[in-house]
Amino acid sequence: MNKELRRVSVVALMMFLALFVSTSVIQVFAVDELRADGRNSRTLFESYSAERGPILVAGTPIAESVPVDDQYEYLRTYSQPELYAAITGYFTLNQGNTGIEGELNDYLTGSANEQFLDQLGALVTGQSPRGAAVELTIDPVVQQAAWDALGEQQGSVVAIEPATGRILALVSKPTYDPNRLAAHDTQAVLQAYEELINNPDDPLVNRAISGDLYFPGSVFKVLMTAAALDSATFTPDDTFPNPPRLELPQSSSVISNSEGGACGGGETVTIATALQLSCNIPFAQLGLALGEQTIGEYATAFGFGASVDVPMPATPSRYPEGMDDAQLMLSSFGQYDVRVTPLQIAMISAAIANGGNLMQPTLVDRIIAPDLSIVQDDEPVLFSQPISRETAATMTQLMVGGVANGAASNARIDGVDVAGKTGTAENGGDAPYTLWFTGFAPAEDPQVAIAVVVEDGGGFGQTAFGNRVAAPIAKQVLEAVLNR
Amino acid sequence: MPATDDQTQPIGAAASPAAPVDPRPTFTQSIAITIRQPAKLRNLELFLLLVAIGISATAIVLVQLGVDGAVDLGVLAQAGALGTLALGMHVTLRVVARDADPFILPIATILNGIGIAMIYRIDLDRGLTGWESQGIRQMVWTGIAMIIALVVVIAIRNHRVLARYRYVAMLVGIVLLLLPMLPGIGLTLNGARLWIQLGAFTFQPGEIAKIALAVFFAGYLVTARDSLSLVGRRILGLQLPRGRDLGPILIVWVAAMGVLIFQRDLGTSLLYFGLFVVMIYVSTGRLSWVLIGLGLFLGGAAIASRTLTYVEGRFAAWLDSFDPAVYDAEGGSYQLVQGLFGMADGGLVGRGLGQGSPTITPLAESDYIIASLGEELGLVGLFAILGLYLLFVARGFRIGFNGTDDFGRLLAVGLSFVIVLQIFVVVGGVTRVIPLTGLTTPFLAAGGSSLVANWIIAALLLRLSDEVRHQPRLVVDE
Repeated sequence: MNKELRRVSVVALMMFLALFVSTSVIQVFAVDELRADGRNSRTLFESYSAERGPILVAGTPIAESVPVDDQYEYLRTYSQPELYAAITGYFTLNQGNTGIEGELNDYLTGSANEQFLDQLGALVTGQSPRGAAVELTIDPVVQQAAWDALGEQQGSVVAIEPATGRILALVSKPTYDPNRLAAHDTQAVLQAYEELINNPDDPLVNRAISGDLYFPGSVFKVLMTAAALDSATFTPDDTFPNPPRLELPQSSSVISNSEGGACGGGETVTIATALQLSCNIPFAQLGLALGEQTIGEYATAFGFGASVDVPMPATPSRYPEGMDDAQLMLSSFGQYDVRVTPLQIAMISAAIANGGNLMQPTLVDRIIAPDLSIVQDDEPVLFSQPISRETAATMTQLMVGGVANGAASNARIDGVDVAGKTGTAENGGDAPYTLWFTGFAPAEDPQVAIAVVVEDGGGFGQTAFGNRVAAPIAKQVLEAVLNR
Repeated sequence: MPATDDQTQPIGAAASPAAPVDPRPTFTQSIAITIRQPAKLRNLELFLLLVAIGISATAIVLVQLGVDGAVDLGVLAQAGALGTLALGMHVTLRVVARDADPFILPIATILNGIGIAMIYRIDLDRGLTGWESQGIRQMVWTGIAMIIALVVVIAIRNHRVLARYRYVAMLVGIVLLLLPMLPGIGLTLNGARLWIQLGAFTFQPGEIAKIALAVFFAGYLVTARDSLSLVGRRILGLQLPRGRDLGPILIVWVAAMGVLIFQRDLGTSLLYFGLFVVMIYVSTGRLSWVLIGLGLFLGGAAIASRTLTYVEGRFAAWLDSFDPAVYDAEGGSYQLVQGLFGMADGGLVGRGLGQGSPTITPLAESDYIIASLGEELGLVGLFAILGLYLLFVARGFRIGFNGTDDFGRLLAVGLSFVIVLQIFVVVGGVTRVIPLTGLTTPFLAAGGSSLVANWIIAALLLRLSDEVRHQPRLVVDE
């Protein structure tokens, strides 16, 4: 009997050993993974009761934790809630966090690895750890100008400093009041959340970097032209046949230029003229000549297909693959299935403005610990070099011409050379157009690159162009930068 | 004989009045008189018991400070009454079982105390007071369970008597098992039909049934072991039993499967079956029984996992816990995953008593008390608790190794293995070693029936261990 007993004892010991191992795995080795799970409300509770660090714009808090007398101890408060909602995101008890609040949660709560020593100190002194402050790159004047310029329109404005990638303004409308979601009355928060999520205008969607993405329309011609010139296949003076109407291959569809008629009158038209007057037919032919692969390579270099972290991950913009000739021609003036974020369009202008060097766009200037030591200082980072300095210079000339003499005339600023391109994207059928402007200023020493998108035809259905609605908005934002 | 702590010195103390009837009285008594020193054991027990009571009281105070920031003396007084009861049990042991194992009572006491502290802590979080409070009820049940244990130790002076009532025990066990199936008093909680309800009083008779069945198995196997182990054909190196000897194991298998299907409880079914297989293996030494038993159970479980949706759901929750579909499903892995989150939050040293959020996990005070303790006491605390269980079980197995009569040895092993199986099934289920099933964590989890049953197990082990010490050290094992 003792032999059997010994074996049973060994089995019992093994069973206990399995439990020692399983508990160790959960409580030591899998801790990081389990704590990072979005469904882990304990992590959230913890972050909620910590004194969360503020989010700063030019040294002024736009989001901070204010002491209150309830179980959570602090209430997250937004001083200019709607102006900055697309950037800060919201901080809730039970609906997760978005924006900077979500992306930099570890720093704001003080639980990031870089703050380990502070946590250790807090453990010894018994104080609850305080989170770090996040200083944004946003310029409050530019942000306000972009907010005001967009007015009641639905859409977005993104302004980037080309030399550094710093985002100076990021606006998305319609928006929401994050204070409503940060409240401690979970019932009220849930109701507010339901209301926002069911709103057909999608106020919770940050249109600058995510959402359903837009057809770029003619702003895509900037990328097309840059690809044509940089690949050394074409010069600005190369010409294409200039018919008023063009039937697409293997299709009965017919495309025309947006103004109707031919592009500038002649038998042929140069690439320069086609860009400045924003004609579709020459670009359709250019696309066919360049080919999907070349255009795709340039799109990728400009950031298409990549999730750009600002630090919130932007939805990758899309250049289609495997198109037939008709689709390739349509995509060459920003239709068919080309889809972009305003951030992506601003990045194209920023790359041209910065001599072909595309800097990683970011919203974070630096992260400062409670003791004022710098936890993280964001130096400019090169994202890619999509085009050469020469191509950038030529593109700048062409885009300045587009504003001075071409289709983007409403972005003109007295005494300053503005480079720009408008766009008017069709959304199929009777749907109102999407109106665009992108560009930078001053052309000789660019301080700011911009993308403006206005949804719903700016209220004019299918009758307005980008120059009428989007260009004036961009002009006001550019002026705000130039006047600082 | 091994076991160095059993070495005793001659002091000339008289044999206990509870000395069993021994076929060779003069020989054994003469030796016993010269080599025993029981007082030392009881003093060790008293010291450990005071430590256990002290730790439990500290835990309750910490819980109050952690949750409410103030000390409630009323609750502490009630806990003090239970401590006194534990001390009363110790005093009783000094009289009726002087040689009983000194570790069993302190371990049961401290586990029970920590359990009360955690259950009470969850009540505080939920704002429950009075009879609504599970902690208060747990304290009352602890009192009842300790008194019953006391009665068991006093009433059963010679455990061999139990062997005589083995068929009565079987009948009692089966009746208790079937009781929840009776219409009118049967009650279904959390999907399992394991309870009976009489007025405001609910009880899980299956908890007591496992003890009755352990008694039956031990009594039956001691008499039937020869026919089970020696007769039969040898095929492929395995001694297969005769067809007629398969009868009892088939009956137990049917009973276990019946529990699985009709009472919808995988854990209890596993418990009964595992208990029987281990006891039959220990008594006959035939591996074939283990293989047949395991085969039958795994076969049954495999079929059940395909055909019974709740078993199927448990397997899905175990294998794909983090799959959003499983997580959100009715009866899915939500509870399991929340328990894991809680334990991860506790980490190595825990959040501190009263400082975590164990109430997020459903059933944090009963099925998930281990996760709650892991959250607040950390891995260190869980290791300590598992270590206590391991020691408890080792003391039980020690009776199996050193006991003088096969019935007592077999019963001790069976009862100890019941504890092992419960720990493994519950903690293993919570930590994803095996699919989650609903067994109670002995002494810790909220639930009166389980407390009573486990305190009876502790009492029986105390009684059995007393017999071990009573025998002269010269007895030679087979």
